[in-house]
Amino acid sequence: MLSVETYQTMAEAAGAMTDRSRFLGGGTLVMRAVNYGDQSFDRIIRSRQIENSIRSESGGIRIGAGATMADILASREVSFLHQVARLIGGPAIRNMATVGGNLFAPHPYGDLATALLALDARVVMTNGQAEPMESFLAGRSHARNLVTAVIVPNVSETEFRFAKISRVKPKGVALLSVAAWLRRGDVRLAWGGMGPTPLRSKAAERALSSGGQLDEAGIAPALAICTQDLQPADDALATAWYRREVAPVHLKRLLLNGGRL
Amino acid sequence: MAKTPITFTLNDSEVALFADHGAALIDVLRRGVGDLTPKQGCAQGTCGACTVLIDGKPHLSCLTLAETVEGRRIDTVGGLANGRDLDVLQTTFMEGFAAQCGFCTAGMLLAAKSLLERVPNPDRAEVIEAISGNLCRCTGYEPIVDAILLAAAKMQGRAV
Repeated sequence: MLSVETYQTMAEAAGAMTDRSRFLGGGTLVMRAVNYGDQSFDRIIRSRQIENSIRSESGGIRIGAGATMADILASREVSFLHQVARLIGGPAIRNMATVGGNLFAPHPYGDLATALLALDARVVMTNGQAEPMESFLAGRSHARNLVTAVIVPNVSETEFRFAKISRVKPKGVALLSVAAWLRRGDVRLAWGGMGPTPLRSKAAERALSSGGQLDEAGIAPALAICTQDLQPADDALATAWYRREVAPVHLKRLLLNGGRL
Repeated sequence: MAKTPITFTLNDSEVALFADHGAALIDVLRRGVGDLTPKQGCAQGTCGACTVLIDGKPHLSCLTLAETVEGRRIDTVGGLANGRDLDVLQTTFMEGFAAQCGFCTAGMLLAAKSLLERVPNPDRAEVIEAISGNLCRCTGYEPIVDAILLAAAKMQGRAV
């Protein structure tokens, strides 16, 4: 039997979380699980005070966990994330799906989490700690606290690139997605759909960071090793083999042409 | 089963009822209120047949926990017509054969209504984007896009 508990603050809600509960953000993951008879939880936990503002502060831009994809699209502070939010779901999903929820979205979802991993975002928890996206994602299946916000660096639109590869146009789930934060001598690459969580291509990052130009010859070493840190799986969208074959092609397009052919 | 009292505005009427714990908005609308216009399709956020407007913006009623709409305004296709006078969108859908089986139509109409309130004069790409979360397995979408563009033109008073 399902119960719903609504708490005033996020801290109180965090205190009520157990292995048999799920925290409700926008509902696109939790209510879907309810509709399909998921028996792994029987309590839905809510909070009346979910941070949903997007504002600049000294360490970057703070995005409340309750901000939706539509909120991101309406915010000039995070214009570099518009290209990501625009590709998530349709308009109704974007009015519902939250930033906090996307951090927990299982494969094949989590396009925004992929972008945030490339951008080295920090995840702020109810205990006040801020954790890098990479370690957060590695431990997200047994997170002991709730996410209150994400802090993302303020990057220019020219140094951040994102591509979502879908079979169905104009809107379809990602076969894979790839995000690149391109700073001279310090490149970060993150992939969605290429493992159980969004993952980085650290070997390819090193090759790009120490390499020269973003031209065909300059990126070739990185392309050759870009899948070695990834763990794609076979699923209904594609085989792991196919994903490994096409990943370098999509990375090449992203690096040379900003994702366009 | 535990029940939660909820009040909200549905198509200009005040609604007060008790919802089962964990019930989705679509169940409250269909079984609780008797508004059968939102359709349950995929129940996972893919098809858009259950689209309703919450405070004017499209939401999926099958993925909305009913008690989260406390005090908010819900619009369904049940409130689109004014008495016997159909909405312009309903008329252009009908005249343009933009519905075949009709299962997606309620969601399409509300997605279109939300678009035309934000963007009174959309181009074709904007219409396609606005209904990109609504699946239609009959029409191939072209008559739907045409009907929405025609409705926009009529509402703007433009000759077509």
